[in-house]
Amino acid sequence: MMARVAASLRRIDKAVLVASGCSVALLAGGALYEPNLLSADYLLQQLQVASFLGVMATGLLLVVLLGHIDLSLPWVVTIGGMMSTSAAGWGALGSALAIPFAVLCGLGIGVVNGVGVAYLRVPSMIFTLGMNAIAQGLMVVHTSGFAPQDHASPAMHFVAVERSILGIPNALWIWLAVAGLTVTLLTRTAFGRRVYAIGNSERAAFLSRVNVKGVVLICFAISGACSAFAGALLAGYSTKAYQAMGDPYLLPAITAVVLGGTSILGGRGTYLGTMSGVIVVTLLSSILSIVQIPEAGRQIIYGVVIIVMLLVYGRGEQVAG
Amino acid sequence: MRQDWVYRLSPLRKLFVALALCLAMFGLFISQHPAGFSSNVLNTAANKGALLGLVAMAQTVPVLTAGLDLSVGMVFVLSNCLASSLLAGSSSATALGVLAVLATGLCCGALNGAVVVLGRLQPIIATLATGAIYHGLALWLRPEPGGEVNEDFADFITGSFAGGVPFSLVLLAGVLLLVWLPYRLSVAGRAAYAIGSSEQAAHMSGVPVARAKFLAYVLAGLLASVAGLLLTCLTYSGEANAALGGSYTLNSIAAVVIGGTSLFGGSGGAVGSVVGAFVLRTIGDLLFVFDMDPMWQPLFLGVVLIISVGLGSFRLLRSKNRLELYR
Repeated sequence: MMARVAASLRRIDKAVLVASGCSVALLAGGALYEPNLLSADYLLQQLQVASFLGVMATGLLLVVLLGHIDLSLPWVVTIGGMMSTSAAGWGALGSALAIPFAVLCGLGIGVVNGVGVAYLRVPSMIFTLGMNAIAQGLMVVHTSGFAPQDHASPAMHFVAVERSILGIPNALWIWLAVAGLTVTLLTRTAFGRRVYAIGNSERAAFLSRVNVKGVVLICFAISGACSAFAGALLAGYSTKAYQAMGDPYLLPAITAVVLGGTSILGGRGTYLGTMSGVIVVTLLSSILSIVQIPEAGRQIIYGVVIIVMLLVYGRGEQVAG
Repeated sequence: MRQDWVYRLSPLRKLFVALALCLAMFGLFISQHPAGFSSNVLNTAANKGALLGLVAMAQTVPVLTAGLDLSVGMVFVLSNCLASSLLAGSSSATALGVLAVLATGLCCGALNGAVVVLGRLQPIIATLATGAIYHGLALWLRPEPGGEVNEDFADFITGSFAGGVPFSLVLLAGVLLLVWLPYRLSVAGRAAYAIGSSEQAAHMSGVPVARAKFLAYVLAGLLASVAGLLLTCLTYSGEANAALGGSYTLNSIAAVVIGGTSLFGGSGGAVGSVVGAFVLRTIGDLLFVFDMDPMWQPLFLGVVLIISVGLGSFRLLRSKNRLELYR
C-alpha cells in the first residue's frame, strides 16, 4: 500500500507539487492577515474566478505544447464576450445560441491562426499578434457603427454565476468538464500523442507520417474556441461585454501554463500542472489585493514570485557538447 | 565578380524590400498631406518613428541570439517615469539625470541577462516576469502621471536643426553608428549571431556564449532607456502606463520581423528594425491623410501586418525538400 502511494506520488510532476505547495503557503500566509481566507465561500469564489482563466489556459496549453504561442488570446476573449452578448440581442433564438455562436467566432479566428502558422509557416508569435490586431479592429468596427446590445443572456448568467449543484459554481463544473476532456485528449488519444511528438521534434513527427499541419491547425482552432468560450463566460459573470475585456488575461494565462511545468519550447507539460498554475496565479493576485498592498508593490511581488518559482523547477539544461 | 556581389547582398534583400516599402509609403504620405512637405511634418514623423525605432533596436539584439525581451516596453516606461523627475533644473543636473536614466536601463538589462543566463530560464517568461517588476517600479516612482522636465533640453532633442533635419533622426543615426555598429563588429556582436544560428555549435567553437547573451540583454535595456528619454522629451511628463509599454513591446516585435530579422535568431540587424519601425508608423499616418474613418484604423493595421509577414511564405514555393519546412 505504502509502496503504491509512493509510486503514484513519484508520477506527479515536481511542478504540480511546487505550485500546489505555493497555493497552500499563500493561503496560510494570507489567513494570518485575514482569517476569512480559509472559509469555503472564499475558496469556492476563487475557484469560480479561476475557471475563466482555466478555460483560456486550456487552449493556450495545447498551442504551447506544440512549441507555439497564441498571442491573439486577449481580443479573441473580447470577441467571445461581445459576440455572445450581441447574439443575445437577436430575440429568443439568438439568446439561446449566444454561447455556441461566440465559440464559433473564436473557432474561426483560431482556424485563420492555424492556417497562418501551419500552412504559411509564419512564426506563431507574429501571426497571432497580427490576428489580435485584426480581432481588435473587427470589434472596434462592430461597436462604433451602432450600439449593439452588450448585456448577457440569462443562459450566460446561469452558466457563469449560479451555483446549481451541491452549491458549487457552475463555472467550476464547466472547467472540470473541460479539464476532463483535455486530459483524455492529451493522454488517451493518438491526437494527444501527436501533439507531444510535434512539440519535441516537428521534423521527426513529419517523418513518422504525422499530419503536422492538420494537428497544428486543430490546436490553434481549439485555442481560439476556448478563449472565446471564456470570453462568453466572463461576459456572463460581469453581466456585460466591453472593449479590451481580455487584455488583463494574456500574461496570467501564459504564466499559469509555464508555472504548471510546461516547457515554452513545447513537448513537455501536463494539464494537471496547468490547473495548479491557474490556481496559484489566481490566489496570488487575489491575496495581494486583499492585503492592500498598493498596485506598484503588487506588480513587483508578482514578478518576483514567478521568477523564484521558476528558479525552483523551471531551469533549462546547461549547454554542453 | 557579379556572383560575388549577389552573394554578399542576398542577406540584405529583406532590408531593401522594407526600405523601398517605407520610402514609397512615406512619399505617398507626403504627396497627400494637406501641408505638403515641410520641416514640421518631417519632424513629427521622425519623432514618432524614432521612438519605436529605438525600442525595436533594443528588441533586435536579444532576438538575434534566438531570445526575446518582453520587458523592453516596460523598461521604456520605467525610464520615462524616472526621467520625468530627473531631467529638471540646470543643464548639469539634466546631464546627470540623463546618465542616471541610462544607468537604470543598463541595470534592468543586466537583471534580465542574469535571470536568463545564470537562472537558465526561458527568455519569454523570464522577461515577462521582470517586465511586471519594472512596471511596479514605474508605478512606485509615478503613481499619477506628471513630472517636470527641462524644456530647453526637451525642445532641443525633439526639434530640428536649421537645415530642417530632425534631431531625433540624428540621434537614431548616432545610436546606430556609435552603439550598434561597434557592437556588430565586436566579438560579443558576432557571438550573438553565432548563438542565434546554433547555440551548441557556438559553444563548441569556444564562443563566449554566456557573456554574449548577457550583453545582448544589457544592450537591450540601454537602448530601451534611450527611447524612454526621447518619450519624456516629447511629452514633458512621465506616466506608468502599462498599455503603452505593452503596445511598444508588441510593435517592436512586429518592427523587428518586418525589418527582416528572423525570430529564430542568427540573421538580420538593427538597421532593418529601424526601417520596420518607420514602416509601421507610416501606415498609421497614411490612414490619417487618406481621411479614413478612425474606427477602421486598427483593422487596417492588423491586415497590413498579416499581409506583410504572410508575403514571406512565398519562399515555401521555392523549397525543394519538404523536410526543410520543419524544424
